Amino acid sequence: MIGRSLILDTTVRFVFDAAVVLSVYLLFSGHNQPGGGFVGGLVAASAIALRYIASESDDVRFILGIRPATVLSMGLTLAAATSIAPLLFGLGPLDHQSVEWSVQVLGAVHLSTATVFDTGVYLIVIGLLLRIVEALGDDPDDVTDPVTGGPDEGRS
Amino acid sequence: MTLLLVVVAGLLCSCGTYLLLGRQLSRVVIGVGLIGHGANLLLLLSGGDGGNPAFAGGDADRFADPLPQAFVLTSIVITFGVIAFLLTLAYRSWLLTSNDEVENDVGDRLAERNSSRTGSERTAGDRNTDDRTADGRVRESVAGSASDDPAGDPASGGRG
Amino acid sequence: MNTLIALPVMLPLLGAGVAVGLVHRRVAQRLISVMILSVVTLSSVVMLIRVDHDGPFSVQVGDWASPIGISLVVDRFAAIMLVVASVMLLAVVVFAIGHPGAESGHGSFHPVYLILAAGIAMAFLTGDLFNLFVAFEVTLMASYVLITLGGRLDQVRNGMTYIVINLIASTVFLISLAFIYAATGTVNLADLHVKIADLPDGVRSGLAVLLMVVFGVKAALFPLFFWLPDSYPTASLPITAVFAGLLTKVGVYAIIRSQTLLFPIDTRPGGLLLLIAGLTMVVGVLGAISRNDMKRILSFHIVSQIGYMMMGLGLFTIAGLAGAVFYIVHHIVVKTSLFLVAGLVEQRAGSSELARISGVARLEPLLAVLFLVPALSLAGIPPFSGFVAKLALVEAGLSSQEYLIVVASLVVSLLTIYSMNKIWSNAFWGRIVTESNGSLAPARSGWVLMTGATATLVAISIAIAVWAGPLYAFSQRTAGDLIETHTYVERVLGP
Repeated sequence: MIGRSLILDTTVRFVFDAAVVLSVYLLFSGHNQPGGGFVGGLVAASAIALRYIASESDDVRFILGIRPATVLSMGLTLAAATSIAPLLFGLGPLDHQSVEWSVQVLGAVHLSTATVFDTGVYLIVIGLLLRIVEALGDDPDDVTDPVTGGPDEGRS
Repeated sequence: MTLLLVVVAGLLCSCGTYLLLGRQLSRVVIGVGLIGHGANLLLLLSGGDGGNPAFAGGDADRFADPLPQAFVLTSIVITFGVIAFLLTLAYRSWLLTSNDEVENDVGDRLAERNSSRTGSERTAGDRNTDDRTADGRVRESVAGSASDDPAGDPASGGRG
Repeated sequence: MNTLIALPVMLPLLGAGVAVGLVHRRVAQRLISVMILSVVTLSSVVMLIRVDHDGPFSVQVGDWASPIGISLVVDRFAAIMLVVASVMLLAVVVFAIGHPGAESGHGSFHPVYLILAAGIAMAFLTGDLFNLFVAFEVTLMASYVLITLGGRLDQVRNGMTYIVINLIASTVFLISLAFIYAATGTVNLADLHVKIADLPDGVRSGLAVLLMVVFGVKAALFPLFFWLPDSYPTASLPITAVFAGLLTKVGVYAIIRSQTLLFPIDTRPGGLLLLIAGLTMVVGVLGAISRNDMKRILSFHIVSQIGYMMMGLGLFTIAGLAGAVFYIVHHIVVKTSLFLVAGLVEQRAGSSELARISGVARLEPLLAVLFLVPALSLAGIPPFSGFVAKLALVEAGLSSQEYLIVVASLVVSLLTIYSMNKIWSNAFWGRIVTESNGSLAPARSGWVLMTGATATLVAISIAIAVWAGPLYAFSQRTAGDLIETHTYVERVLGP
C-alpha cells in the first residue's frame, strides 16, 4: 500500500452511499426492468471494494462487519432455498408467485418470490467478489484456499 | 454490421489463441479472457439482427431475440468466475516459484528419464541419482512430488 | 416426481450454501454432506424405479413452456447414471472423512464437493443444451477448486493445464452453441432432435463434429486425452477417485446423449467412432504400461476404458449401446474402488510408486483382496462384473461383424491384465518395503471409514456381477430408449 490518497478517500465517502442505494434499487427493479440481483450485487461489491482500496485496513471485514464467506453462505442458502421451496407446495422447481399489494403511502407494490431469489444472487455476488478481493489483496499467506468455486449458475 | 461483428469475434478468438499458446500464465489468463469475449460475441450474434428490447412494450415483431442475451449473461458470469480463479492460481504459482512460466510435467519427465535407460537397472534408489536435470528447480520439484503424500506436509494445506 | 427430479440438483446447492457458512465446524459440514448425498441417492433410486416403470418424465424449471424454458428430463439412462454417481459420491465422501489431509484443514472441501455433486446431477438431468453447458461449468468450477486444494506447486502446475484445457473445451462448446442456436433457433434437446434433422448435411455434420470435440476433451477420447493422466494424480486421493470415476463419464454421457438424440443420422454404425474407440483403448493401455506409479497407471486405464464405452456407441445397435451402458455402470464403481485402494496403499505404505513399496499383501491382507477384485474385474476375468460388460460388448461387435474392434478390445484386455499384474507383483507381493516405517499409519477410526467405503464399492461391483442378468436387461431397455427417441421427445415437448 502506498498510503492513503485524500482525493480518493473523500470521493469514496460520497460515492459509497449512493452506490449502495443504487445497488438496492437495481436489485428491486430487476423483476420488470433492467437490473436484478447480479447487477445490483456487482454495484454493491464495487462500492465495498472501493472502500477497501481507499481505506488503510487490510481486511474487508472491517467494512462489512462480517466475513465474505458468511455473505456467500447466506446468499447461496437463500437462493437454493427459494428454488426448493415451491416443491413443498407441489409446484415445479423455481416456480415463482407474485402478489399485487396496495400500501398507503407507496402505492401499488408488486411483490414476487423471485425477488427473494434475486436477493440470494445479490448476496452471492457480493460475497464472492469480496472473497476475491480479500484473496488477491491480502497477505500472500492467506491465499491458500480460494473459495471461488462456482456458485454462479442459472440464467439470472 | 453483423459481418463486422463476426470479424471482430474471429479476431478476438485468434488473438486469444495466440496468447494461449505461450507458456506465461499471465498471457494465458488474458488469452482465455479474449477467447471468452469472442465466443460471447458469437453467441450474441446467433440471435439474428438487433431489434427493440424484448417485453418492454412496443411491436412484438420487432423484438430482439432475448434468449441469446440470457445465454451471454450466464456465460459472462461463468467467465468472470473462471478468470478470477485463474488469476488467483497464477498469483499462487508466482508466489511459489517467482516465475510466470509453466514447467514440464513431473511424471512426463520421470517417464522420459526412465525410458532413456535400460529397464533392468530401474531400482528404488535410482531416483536419487538425478543426473539429467540441469536446472536446480526442476530437480527440486521432482523430488518434492516424488515424496508427496497427502498425510504429511502441513505447510501446504491449511486455511489462512 | 416433480420434487424428486429437482432434488439431486437443488439439495446439494442448499447444502453447499449452509456448509460455506460453517467453515470451521467440521463435524457439522460432514453431517450435511453425508445426509444430503444420502437423500440424493435415495431419491435417485426411487426415480430409477419409477422411470423404468412409467417411461421418461420431464419438468419445466420456473414453469416456462418447453422449448424456451429449461427442461429437466429423467429417462432410464439419466436415472441409472444418477444412481451410480450418487452412490459413488456418497462412498467417496465417507472415505474422504476418514482420509487425513483430504478434507480436514480445508474448510471449502465439503461445499465445493456438494457443488460438484449438483453440477453432475444437473448434467445428467438436463434436457437443454445450454443448461448442459452450465452444468459442465458448475462441475468444472468445483473440480478446479478441488484439484488445486492445498495449493502445492505440482498441484498448481498440473491444475493449470487441466483448467486451461477445459476452458478451451468450454469455449468451443459455447461457440458450437452459438452455431446451433443460429441454425435452429433452439437449444432444447428434444426440440433440436426435430429441427436438426432438417438442416443441410454439411451444417449438421459440422455441428456434430464440434460437439464431439468438446465432449471428447471432457471424456478424454483418443487425440484429446493427454491432459488427464498428468492432472488427475496430483489432487488428493479421494478427489482423484471422484474425478476418475465420474467426470470423464459425464463427458461420455454427453457424447452418447448427443449422438443418439441430436445426430442419429450422422452416427453411422462403424466408421470414425469405432476408429476413435479402438485408438483410445490401445493408446490408453500402452500409456498405462509405461508408467510406474499406481495412480498414474490407473489414470491411463481410465482413457483405455473410455474406448470400450465408445465402442458400444460406435456399433450403434441396441446390443452395443446396452453393452456401453452396462460398461459405464461397472466402470464407475470399479475404477473408483481401485483408486480408493491405491489411496489406502499410499496411506499404509507411504507411497504409490511401485519401485518404492512391496509386500502390501503381507502387511494388510484385506487391502490385497480389495485390490484384487476390482483389478480382475477391470481386466475382465470371468466371475466379475468387467467380464459381463466386455462379453456384452464383444458379442455386440461380433453380431455387427466389426471384427477389428473386437480383436482390439481383447488385446487391450490382455494388456490390462499385464499392467494390473505389474501393480500386483510389485506392490502387493514380495517382502515388506514401505516408505513410512509404519509411522504414517492413520488413526484407527479413519482407517475403518476408508476401508469401509472401499469395501462397500467393491461389494457393489460384485453385486453387479451377481445380478448381471437383470442389470443387462435394464441396459437393453435403456439402449432401446436411446435408439427409439420418440417417447423422450414426446414427454418433453408434449404430444
